[in-house]
Amino acid sequence: MTHDHRARRFNVEALTRVEGEGGLIVEVRDGEVADVHLRIFEPPRFFEAFLRGRAYSEPPDITARICGICPVAYQMSACQAIESALGVEVDAPLRDLRHLLYCGEWIESHTLHIHLLHAPDFLGYPSGIAMAAEHRFEVERGLQLKKLGNRIVEVVGGRAVHPVNVKIGGFYSTPTTATMAALAEELRAGLDAASEIARWVATFPMPDHELPDGTALVSLRHPTEYPMLGERLVSTTGLDIGVEEYLDHFAEVQVEHSTALHGQMLAGGDYLVGPLARFALNADLLAPRAAGLAAELGLTSAERNPFRSIVVRAIETVHACEVALSIAERYLVPTRAAVPVEAREGIGCGWTEAPRGLLFHRYEIDANGLIADARIVPPTSQNQPVIEHDLIHLIGNSLHLDDAALEHICEQAVRNYDPCISCATHFLDLRVLRS
Amino acid sequence: MTRPTVAVWKFASCDGCQLTILDCEDELLAIAAALDFRMFLEAGPEEMLDHFDISLVEGSITTNHDAERIREVRERSGIVVTIGACATAGGIQALRNYADVEEYTRHIYARPDWIDTLATSTPIAHHIKVDHELHGCPINKEQLIATITALLAGRRTPVTSHSVCVECKQRGTPCLLVSEGTACLGPVTHAGCGALCPSINRGCFGCFGPSESANLPGLLEVLRVAGNDEHEVLASLRTFNVTKFDTGATP
Ligand code: SF4
Repeated sequence: MTHDHRARRFNVEALTRVEGEGGLIVEVRDGEVADVHLRIFEPPRFFEAFLRGRAYSEPPDITARICGICPVAYQMSACQAIESALGVEVDAPLRDLRHLLYCGEWIESHTLHIHLLHAPDFLGYPSGIAMAAEHRFEVERGLQLKKLGNRIVEVVGGRAVHPVNVKIGGFYSTPTTATMAALAEELRAGLDAASEIARWVATFPMPDHELPDGTALVSLRHPTEYPMLGERLVSTTGLDIGVEEYLDHFAEVQVEHSTALHGQMLAGGDYLVGPLARFALNADLLAPRAAGLAAELGLTSAERNPFRSIVVRAIETVHACEVALSIAERYLVPTRAAVPVEAREGIGCGWTEAPRGLLFHRYEIDANGLIADARIVPPTSQNQPVIEHDLIHLIGNSLHLDDAALEHICEQAVRNYDPCISCATHFLDLRVLRS
Repeated sequence: MTRPTVAVWKFASCDGCQLTILDCEDELLAIAAALDFRMFLEAGPEEMLDHFDISLVEGSITTNHDAERIREVRERSGIVVTIGACATAGGIQALRNYADVEEYTRHIYARPDWIDTLATSTPIAHHIKVDHELHGCPINKEQLIATITALLAGRRTPVTSHSVCVECKQRGTPCLLVSEGTACLGPVTHAGCGALCPSINRGCFGCFGPSESANLPGLLEVLRVAGNDEHEVLASLRTFNVTKFDTGATP
């Protein structure tokens, strides 16, 4: 690429308010968007390499350290995959506790993203802290709900970041009924706050914009639950597969002119995971209050505006509060904290819906219970191509804006996807190549 | 009093330790009123100053670029506080120090030649002078607040040198090792978590790193006598603080 005088080049060096650190490079030539690169500074940490030779019992603790924002997602996908390899099925009350734990992470992560990372974009503040000067009530309400999410993770998981209570087969110990009753009490108030937050974010000015044509939406689907813990995968392109078939349909490729492994559907085309996709494919399974709010706020499964993902996150937060409340209300101390597990040779896959979207794990375990092979596909690498194509499309429609305004809308658009850059264990640090 | 300017820096890490700052929900607005966060990418601010009064550093050094960047952080900072096992010990990514990083790279990437990485993951203190270290994977919220408060008051930052065992005694948790023979690293692990794992019936797995007077061979002998699998015990020492626990063998 040459530096002709009509070229505009933006380099949003360290893209703020994206979990982890990243950058965005946009090339505009002759009034056309020539290229967009989402650049990631995250150096590789090699989890899939050093998991080999570790005991089958270790991935819940080890893979949690891939991402401090969504450790529960890593723990749940790891447990599912390894339990499948070992032929273990947890008791229903333990699965309920896992579901509750996951609700806590959704509430915490979504509320963090809404208040400290994304709302400031819509309302014109550089950060959530700056926004608090004029929106103290809303920020404090958000922080209290975020705290409730963390509280759930602490009650069930023992610690907010990197829970210590999760193990293959269940938990080390289970909460008392008194603790759970207190949590239910807090959740009743939390549910009201979450509903108010959804109404609040729905008032934000929304840029008129749609996902690029042909983007497939991909999410897990469960017969009776809005998906957190599985179990099949569906898409707007008609896919309906089980977990063992995932790698037959999806791949990650290392792309030279990009900074990251890119998720691809082998059938061709970009695909989106995360709140907008989950909602589009599962709106019928929302808990009653969340469903009522979605209707009130005019959100339908036809929604394709990535900026409206903030509203979907708020609706999903309401849903997570409702589910958490119902689990807490009917809680009885399980007869055992974990089911017995024995090492054996096997291969198992697991997948769950992290706050940011589908998180896939696969393990091969040898006869001694040691991991022979591990494979992890995080949500952010799957969304990487969509983010870039969405930006090309968005910038193409926004070239009348000056550089500062364009820069702002690009940052906001990237944050629509809530990319968790630490999650994408494969992100590279490459420069844009010019010719 | 003018508010001290603060930067939060990230190196190879999971973001969990800096998230702990945002997890101080009740205190966050008060902390933001007392500290002038100018550089904290995860929370918004991104102003590069010539001088920051306090720098909080998360993560380990795994690339040449980061080795340069941390020196620059030192030059621009009054006080440098490292937060978490990645920054203080190299983190779990330091498992590469005992393996062949080229093999690791080939294992994961189709084009390893596009990957820029060092053969080791090293703690921040291997590269620059560090004024205070907060241990843990992740750090403990109360310790973080106590440290910030001490820095603001110009007091000495609180230091603990005892082990998790002391915290079990303080909270009245019966000893899992004595009563059930559970493999527990509490006797050799730095205090700071409040003896979290023993309180939920799980042996400590050492995420705060070794305590100052840790007698590791002694503990290994006790665990062996109690019937624990040595391979498993050693494996749990070779995680988030692998470079700090001297296990006498490569993992
Ligand atoms: S020490 Fe642990 S919690 Fe902190 S950044 Fe490193 S991996 Fe994350």
